[in-house]
Amino acid sequence: MRSRCAALCSNRSEAVSARIDIVDDAVHFDCPEGVDVLHSMIALGRRGIPVGCRGGGCGVCKVRVLGGAYRTDRMSRARITEEEEKQGFALACKLYARGDLKLQVVGKMARAFAPCKETMHCTGAPHAPPGSTSWRR
Amino acid sequence: MAMTGVLRPGHVALRVLDIKAALHHYKDVLGLNEVCRDDQGRVFLKAWDEADHHSVVLKECDTAGMEYMGWRVDSDATLKNFAKDIKASGLATDLKWIPAGEHPGTGERFRFTIPTGHVMELYAHKDVTGCGTGYTNPDPWPEGMHGMAPSRFDHCLLYGDDLDGTVKLFTEVLGFKLAEELVGGPGGKQRNAAFMTCSNKPHDVAFIRHTEKNKFHHCSFFLNSWEEVLKAADLISKHKVALDIGPTRHGITRGETIYFFDPSGNRNEVFAGGYIYYPDKPTITWTEDHVGPAIFYHTRELNERFLTVVT
Ligand code: FES
Ligand SMILES: [Fe+2]
Repeated sequence: MRSRCAALCSNRSEAVSARIDIVDDAVHFDCPEGVDVLHSMIALGRRGIPVGCRGGGCGVCKVRVLGGAYRTDRMSRARITEEEEKQGFALACKLYARGDLKLQVVGKMARAFAPCKETMHCTGAPHAPPGSTSWRR
Repeated sequence: MAMTGVLRPGHVALRVLDIKAALHHYKDVLGLNEVCRDDQGRVFLKAWDEADHHSVVLKECDTAGMEYMGWRVDSDATLKNFAKDIKASGLATDLKWIPAGEHPGTGERFRFTIPTGHVMELYAHKDVTGCGTGYTNPDPWPEGMHGMAPSRFDHCLLYGDDLDGTVKLFTEVLGFKLAEELVGGPGGKQRNAAFMTCSNKPHDVAFIRHTEKNKFHHCSFFLNSWEEVLKAADLISKHKVALDIGPTRHGITRGETIYFFDPSGNRNEVFAGGYIYYPDKPTITWTEDHVGPAIFYHTRELNERFLTVVT
C-alpha cells in the first residue's frame, strides 16, 4: 500500500495528472485533471498543438487521440463531425484526459498570407489552401 | 437629414456552444444587459447606451459563428425600396421576408445572403425601449455598470470569398462608402480588405478576402477611451478569458483595441478612438508592403492567429 502511493505521488505535485504525448513531435507534458489539454500545454510553455480560439469553435487545435481514456466538452460540429468524433478526433481545447494520452496533431494554423502561385489571378483562389486568407498575397 | 438609407448595424446574432457560459461572458465580463429570452431559447441583450430593444442575440447551437447581422434603415419605404433594389441587382441570394415579431420588439425584416456567404437583414422598426440614462436631463453614464460596459455594438468584421461582389452590393445598392481598403496582388490591383461605412464611423462592417464563405472574424463594441481598453484587458485576465491580441492600435481606422474570444471561440473586440467619417472623405488605401502597421500599428508584425482564426 505504502509503496504504491509513493510511486503515484513521488515526482508529481498533483496526485492526479496525465502524461500527454504528442507522437510526431516528441513533445510531452503533464495535464492536471480538470484542465483541458491545450490549456495545460500553454500553461507549461510547451508547443506542438496550434492555439486558436480556445473555445471549441475554430478547429485549429484539432488532434487525433491514438490511445488513452478521455472525455470532451461540446465542440463545434463544423470542426469535428460525429464520424470524426467516433474515430478519436477532438479539439484539444475541449479535451480532458482520464489517463495518459497519445495524440497526433491534425489541425493547422492557416497561412495568413499564403503565397499566390498563379500570380496572374488571385481571386477565387482554387490553389490556396483551405482557410487561407488574403490580407496580402 | 444627412444620414439616410441604412442607418446603423442594429443587431448581430451569434451561435454559441453553451448558452450558460456565453451569458456569463457577454453579461458579466463584456457587460451587456439581458433584455429578454424567447421560446426558442434565444437570449436578447443590449449595451447601456443603446435606445433600441436589443443589439445582440445569442442562441445555443452545435456550431459557433455568426448566424446573421441586421441593419436598421430609416423608414418602411426605404426598406421596401432596398428589397426591390437588392433583388434587381442579382447580387444576393435566398431573399426572404421575416415576419414582424419574430425578433421581439422588431418589425418585419428583409433577409438575404451576400456574395461572401453572410446572411444580412434590413429592418425599419425596433421598439425604442431607451438607454440606461434616459433622455431627460441624463447623467453621463448609468449606475450599476459592470464588466467592460461598452456603450454600443459597433461593427463586425467578416471573411468570405467574393469580396468584390459584397463590396459592390454594399456600395452600389445599399449606399455604403468605402472608408479604407487594403490592396495587394500583381500591381496592387486586388482589393483584399474593405472597410465600409453607412454613417460617420470609420466602419460599420468590414470584409476580408478568404477562401471559404461565411466566416466570422469578430463583432466589436465601443468604449470611450484607451483607459477603458486597458481596464478591459484587466477584466480579460481577471476572468481568465482567452486573449487574442492587444491592447494595441490599428493603422486601419486608428482604433485603440483589444481582441478576445467568447467561450465558444467567437472573437470579440472592444475598442476606442477612430475618426469622424463624412461621405466625401477620400478612401484610405493601405498597400501590401504596409500591411503590418495597417493591422497592428505598434508591432508592425503579422499575427497568424489574429489573421486566420475564424468561426
Ligand atoms: S483553439 Fe479553437 S477550437 Fe481549440
Ligand atoms: Fe473591429
